[in-house]
Amino acid sequence: MWEYSDKVREHFFNPRNSGPLEEANGIGDVGSIQCGDALRLMLKVNPETEVIEDAHFQTFGCGSAIASSSALTEMIKGLTLDEALKVSNQDIADFLDGLPPEKMHCSVMGREALQAAVANYRGEEWSDDHEEGALICKCFAIDAVMIEDVVTANNLNTVEEVTFYTKAGGGCAACHEGIEEILAKVKASRAGPGEVSPPPPCPATPEAPKPPSKKLSIVEKIKIIEEVLESVRPMLQRDHGDVELADVQGKKIYVHLKGACSGCMMEAATLGGIQQKMIEALGELVQVLPSSHMPVEA
Amino acid sequence: MEPIYLDNNATTRCEPAVVEAMLPFFTEHFGNASSIHAFGSEVGKALKKARAQVQALLGAEHDSEIIFTSCGTESDSTAILSALKAQPERNTVITTTVEHPAILTLCEWLEKEGYIVHKLKVDKKGRIDIDEYKSLLHDRVAIVSVMWANNETGTLFPVEEMAALAAAKGIMFHTDAVQAVGKLPIDLKNTKIDMLSLSGHKLHAPKGIGVLYLRRGCRFRPLLRGGHQERGRRAGTENSASIVGLGMACELAMLNMEKENTEVRRLRDKLEKGILSQVTHCFPTGDPGNRLPNTSNIAFEYVEGEAILLLLNKMGIACSSGSACTSGSLEPSHVMRAMGIPYTAAHGTIRFSLSVHNTEAEIDRVIEAVPPIIAQLRKLSPYWRDGGPVSAEQAFAPTYA
Repeated sequence: MWEYSDKVREHFFNPRNSGPLEEANGIGDVGSIQCGDALRLMLKVNPETEVIEDAHFQTFGCGSAIASSSALTEMIKGLTLDEALKVSNQDIADFLDGLPPEKMHCSVMGREALQAAVANYRGEEWSDDHEEGALICKCFAIDAVMIEDVVTANNLNTVEEVTFYTKAGGGCAACHEGIEEILAKVKASRAGPGEVSPPPPCPATPEAPKPPSKKLSIVEKIKIIEEVLESVRPMLQRDHGDVELADVQGKKIYVHLKGACSGCMMEAATLGGIQQKMIEALGELVQVLPSSHMPVEA
Repeated sequence: MEPIYLDNNATTRCEPAVVEAMLPFFTEHFGNASSIHAFGSEVGKALKKARAQVQALLGAEHDSEIIFTSCGTESDSTAILSALKAQPERNTVITTTVEHPAILTLCEWLEKEGYIVHKLKVDKKGRIDIDEYKSLLHDRVAIVSVMWANNETGTLFPVEEMAALAAAKGIMFHTDAVQAVGKLPIDLKNTKIDMLSLSGHKLHAPKGIGVLYLRRGCRFRPLLRGGHQERGRRAGTENSASIVGLGMACELAMLNMEKENTEVRRLRDKLEKGILSQVTHCFPTGDPGNRLPNTSNIAFEYVEGEAILLLLNKMGIACSSGSACTSGSLEPSHVMRAMGIPYTAAHGTIRFSLSVHNTEAEIDRVIEAVPPIIAQLRKLSPYWRDGGPVSAEQAFAPTYA
């Protein structure tokens, strides 16, 4: 079965704070019995200080759903509402020493129940903006809905591009067939019934690759390279990584991968994605290499 | 506390006599059956004996109708792909909505390749409509593939009758019988079944060995081409140790057939009654009057299957569930959905599958263990209050569900 951490097992076999909480003044209900998991989070909030004095849960679900609920109540007790809202689903998973990728949605449900309960206490409407699809990439826990959204929004056409944008497919590669199916589906829906199919969507850069007729000066070239790197940095920073230019030697562009990017198992995919963008922006074939590959100077 | 194994539809323990029969084929009888010398011919003789043992259990007319494969899935794929390849003028496959993924996933892929697949629906007890089936038999159908017994519920399909109907229209008939072989008497020579899949590890033989029964005269195209093993119908050096083990397991299955249908059935019925009489809001799924003697699948409402399994496992009891969470998918078992089992129950289905090795004492322990586990989880469930499901007016209904 699943490889649950000892902490998940412990919270499942001995759940904390389970059962109804009579004095609750903030209640969040999320999930549904159709999906196989549902969670009611009950908070007792001090109206003076907004401190969560007690938290209980009731959960219909699997081992990790119950463990995530139990963990959540332990984590938020004693916090103010604003502090509690900073608890992310990753924090819940971390508190439990990790969850299997198939089970990350259990922590997401915990986080949503928390938002719903706080909204309920404050008398606000809360609506769920999270739609979940079938899990495609098990290495990085990426589901079909997310891949489809990213493919649609960015006009992606290849598995490599999907990996670059979402990480899906960057691990064991077993899901490449599934990703290809999503790409085909989105492509078909782009054409639309009865419509003339649009010209092939251009990739992330606005201009189509320029023919390499005009020779760029080295300064122009480095400026374009820097622009491309700037455009991908936010994406890398989101995953606690970063990139900067190290050197340009002819057709070889050397970059420093920093933070979480250095030594990441996705390094090759990241560089490949940057290389693709470079080729499009420069209109010529270049190679993007990690700075560790730079020839040692004599 | 001795563990209790009630997951025999997933796999079975290799019989000690089977292991013993296999061992010499890792050591002194290591030869290749195709070799002319004594090392090879010893193995060749052993394979012949095993083939006869399988033939006897299946009631096949000729021993050459037995083709050894690597597993049930390989046998299934070989059967269906062979029928399509051998009859290019036929493009349709008839199967059911409740087959094993070995069939269903293959059929989904065939649909993408342009073939037509008709999946027979089942009613709420898991039974097909024989009139619907009759209406689908036409001259573009290459093969009908219908399981003998369902792996989740144990429900039996009338495959012998269905095979006769197909044969009358000149259509090939295959049955995935991995759950039925060894549990039900089978006499293929008196049926119209053309192909049958068997899996060794479901009947106390090792994993990694299967059989495709292929009726003499049935048109065939191999899946694996290469050497002349299995008369060129399945190339690849024979897995001699496992084949010998499977032969022994088939012989033992013949001897145990009566016990399977009396003692095992009695223990299964006792287990089911014991649980149903103590736990409210639960019911057996499938067709209890027409199922394998060893299988009981019970749906527990308002609780989730994986949580039940984890708590049972803690008590040393092993079984399996059709809940979404045990498979990593978002949907509960396709078999439960096909039967229209409500979601309130489908996520809480537990399959108990016995073997001739289970004892009365074990069954008594399980009957004792299950009710408190269900009560404990229902206490945690937002759909449950004060010993019953939450009433409609106070129903747990999340805003966006």
